[in-house]
Amino acid sequence: MSKPKLATIWLDGCSGCHMSFLDMDELILEVAERADLVYGPLVDAKEFPEGVDVTLVEGAVGSSEDLRKVREVRERTRVLVAFGDCAVTGNVPSLRNPIGPRAVLETVYLEKPTHNAQIPSQLVPELLEEDLPVHAWVPVDVYLTGCPPSAARIYECVKRLLDGEAPETVSEAVAWKFG
Amino acid sequence: MSAAAPAGAQPPRASANVCQAASCLAMGSAQVCRALEAEVAAAGLDDVAVRRVGCLGLCAAGPLVEVPEQGRIFERVLPGDPSSREGLLASLKGEARGGRPVASDPFFSRQVKVVLERCGTVDPENIDDYLATGGYEALAKVAGSMSPDEVTSEVVKSGLRGRGGAGYPTGLKWRTVAKEAGAAGKFVVCNADEGDPGAFMDRSVMESSPHQVLEGMAIAGYAVGANRGYVYVRAEYPLAAERLALAIRQAERRGYLGARVAGTRFSFHVELRMGAGAYVCGEETALIASIQGERGTPRPRPPYPAASGLWGCPTLINNVETFANVPSIIVRGGEWFASIGTERSKGTKVFSLAGAVKNTGVVEVPMGLTLREIVFDIGGGLAPGRRFKAVQTGGPAGGCLPEELLDMPVDYESLTQAGSMMGSGGMIVMDDTTCMVDVAKFFMDFCRQESCGKCVPCRVGTHEMWRLLDRMTRGVASRWDLEQLESLAGMVRAMSLCGLGQGAPSPVFSTLRYFRDEYVAHIDEHVCPAGSCHMGTAEPAAAGVSPA
Amino acid sequence: MSEVRTLQIDGKDVAARSDETILCAAEENEIHIPTLCHLEGLSDVGACRLCVVEVEGTPKLMAACTTTVEEGMKVTTTSERLVAYRRRAIEMLFVERNHICAVCVANNNCELQAHARNVGLDHFELPLMHPALPVDASHERFVMDHNRCILCTRCVRVCDEVEQAHTWDVAGRGTGARIVSDLGMPWGSSTTCTSCGKCVQVCPTGALFEKGRSISEPKARRPYLPYLVRVKERER
Ligand SMILES: Cc1cc2nc3c(=O)[nH]c(=O)nc-3n(C[C@H](O)[C@H](O)[C@H](O)COP(=O)(O)O)c2cc1C
Ligand code: SF4
Ligand code: SF4
Ligand code: SF4
Ligand code: FES
Repeated sequence: MSKPKLATIWLDGCSGCHMSFLDMDELILEVAERADLVYGPLVDAKEFPEGVDVTLVEGAVGSSEDLRKVREVRERTRVLVAFGDCAVTGNVPSLRNPIGPRAVLETVYLEKPTHNAQIPSQLVPELLEEDLPVHAWVPVDVYLTGCPPSAARIYECVKRLLDGEAPETVSEAVAWKFG
Repeated sequence: MSAAAPAGAQPPRASANVCQAASCLAMGSAQVCRALEAEVAAAGLDDVAVRRVGCLGLCAAGPLVEVPEQGRIFERVLPGDPSSREGLLASLKGEARGGRPVASDPFFSRQVKVVLERCGTVDPENIDDYLATGGYEALAKVAGSMSPDEVTSEVVKSGLRGRGGAGYPTGLKWRTVAKEAGAAGKFVVCNADEGDPGAFMDRSVMESSPHQVLEGMAIAGYAVGANRGYVYVRAEYPLAAERLALAIRQAERRGYLGARVAGTRFSFHVELRMGAGAYVCGEETALIASIQGERGTPRPRPPYPAASGLWGCPTLINNVETFANVPSIIVRGGEWFASIGTERSKGTKVFSLAGAVKNTGVVEVPMGLTLREIVFDIGGGLAPGRRFKAVQTGGPAGGCLPEELLDMPVDYESLTQAGSMMGSGGMIVMDDTTCMVDVAKFFMDFCRQESCGKCVPCRVGTHEMWRLLDRMTRGVASRWDLEQLESLAGMVRAMSLCGLGQGAPSPVFSTLRYFRDEYVAHIDEHVCPAGSCHMGTAEPAAAGVSPA
Repeated sequence: MSEVRTLQIDGKDVAARSDETILCAAEENEIHIPTLCHLEGLSDVGACRLCVVEVEGTPKLMAACTTTVEEGMKVTTTSERLVAYRRRAIEMLFVERNHICAVCVANNNCELQAHARNVGLDHFELPLMHPALPVDASHERFVMDHNRCILCTRCVRVCDEVEQAHTWDVAGRGTGARIVSDLGMPWGSSTTCTSCGKCVQVCPTGALFEKGRSISEPKARRPYLPYLVRVKERER
């Protein structure tokens, strides 16, 4: 029998949630043993695979590329976990929402730089009007709050999902606080 | 008598009663009055009086002029158009021609006037007119020969219920205030903050018969043991305020208000307080805060104002129309009043009939008349080619009632049971071109803007419900949005602090109850059955959180 | 003179003084009702609605903090419906302003954050409003960050009722309502503020804080409360 497929993905966030994931220490070996880590910043895979059982999505959806990815992830994943506050609420990246993307780009690329000030337009994905939580775009099965969620709660969440527990009860079991 | 009346005791042979309430004035009825005076003089009709009176009822067809001797009311008597006065002048000369016959036109003949008894017959700026029609007799009788308890008992016997919204028994409220010790004094407050969209009955009453309201207040003051009263008028009603102020001065001069009312030891002083454009200040606790000079926000009840109102003193708060009923009850007796109306809703109710009906205006009907009689007989039905769809009653806390309920009697209980409410008396008729989702959105937008912001269910809940309704009317909503709307509506109704928040979901509930198919059409088919919503606007990137 | 009343709270028979609120009576009997705008020592306004309870015989929910006990009352403080409604109310408080707990001075010391955790609020169904709100840092020692304010009006009441300066009040309506100092002037230019810091102490969130504090630094406000109560009792 093949092992369940686990993936992680990093959208508009600081990667802190992934750091916390690594913080699991030796428990990560148990996770590695129980599941195939098929995609993520920690894995060398170009394409998000089909038929993933559990995906942890870190970060909010802030750009057209984030949106493309999260839709693809949703299509190819059975249980999608909004991983950390940015994915759950928008958190820090969403601080830009009250002023809009234009003002952010102008400040960062036009006002601050000392030379060659210009707003990048090639190869860089376009910013969306608002930086929004994952569930604003695609259905989410489990919400794992925290900035970042502790390694213990990440482990708890992943373990329960790999055990085949229903997403709703997992959500309840790992519920904690924002921040 | 009015300035234009012929001198001497000789009563005029005919009179032209020109409406001087706000709607007709806006259409130029002050100029009409002057033009008529000139024309009457030019025609040598020196036995004709041109009189300034209050509201004649058909407010949308102003300026209105009545010739009572001929029993006719003339519509659209325009200042700049002498031809619009031809029939009127003929009538004044004695010919029965033109206008609408008061005795047989159902708009007039189906009405029963208690509150509006003097509207359109007396000059609102002249206390003598009021006195000549039996005005202040009730007050003199009460202060001179009745005990406070007898007065209250008469009101209890009448079965009068509050006309400002909830329909609380007025006599009971008076009795509660009367029983309070009130060592530091008591107050009577008249709620004239009429703010429901489409409601203008209280304005009409104040502009047409201000003394009647003051008399009702003074009688209440006597009954509950209060010596001071306030009328809280919304600032958007400058004419009503002006006439009330004038009436107070006149009544004081004649000894009906102030110290020693009608020569007795009872004193009653009335002052005006102006609102500042906040709908929520019609809510009694917010109104009290506002009179005290504080921010007009509601507070939890109990304590009710009857126990602790203005400056912590026992305070009786009633609506304009409630007070305007009182003098008649005293003069003709509680039993007489109770003989009008239904088992549990006594007397009459004044409605402002508006929207898609032919006859728009202020009407007074006995409780228990059916919606159909009001809309089709009195209102004259809809414009040709238009189909009746719903009638909205009760303002932002009321609801929309469909065609199936047209034969329902209009009384407090029936309306509430049907998911609407009596409210203060706004009645808006809607035809097949009106979208019910859009109507719900309109009222929600109103509540969202008028929420005082004190409690979060109303402050945020009305905003969120409005947002969802807006999505629906743009054709971008999903079934999830509908679920959210219903869940929010229940929460906001149950959790809000005051009647504004508690009532805000009512238009949503009633339209969902009777017109759910319209919601579904907006959502599933992206179609507005009434054809009034602009559907299918492209969804801006993620305008809302709506998980599929 | 207050008399003794007997009532039932969550099936438990309790006795209370006739002038006590349901909240008071519950607390004395170690029945916990969530509150936000309530603070012992200040008057009650019934604004946050978290403390609503069911009272047998009335269809309406009653705010425990503003409803006095009555003989024979049967009160239910927790039910599926109440929990769902409270969760919604807390969610509403979160979405109407910018509560980014991770970077808030009150992180881990915030009553709103704690309530969210207690009711298991782990995401928002309502969209965040993301209003553009000012931060008033004009005061020499304190900061008012409107992004975190939940309009509980504790600051308004403590400043009025205890410090008696009445620097704060509320302006605007609906979601546009704001706490303002001295008729809308910057706090720093206030002529009434005595810089006593009471408002900062009672603020349940990170809206009012002392300058120079960093994220998550404890606000040490707890020991302050008995002081307020003592002040209040002395007044009685
Ligand atoms: C949001 C709100 C607005 C109200 N507006 C009015 C109003 O404009 N006029 C009025 O008479 N009553 C209004 N009321 C009802 C009053 O609170 C109060 O019940 C009424 O004035 C009592 O008088 P009554 O017993 O004669 O009806 C309003 C209530 C609420 C909750
Ligand atoms: S229900 Fe609305 S209007 Fe009433 S107190 Fe609450 S916020 Fe203010
Ligand atoms: S510091 Fe003191 S005086 Fe100043 S606003 Fe706060 S409570 Fe009021
Ligand atoms: S500033 Fe703090 S104490 Fe004042 S209303 Fe806002 S949240 Fe409450
Ligand atoms: S604590 Fe009772 S309403 Fe806020």
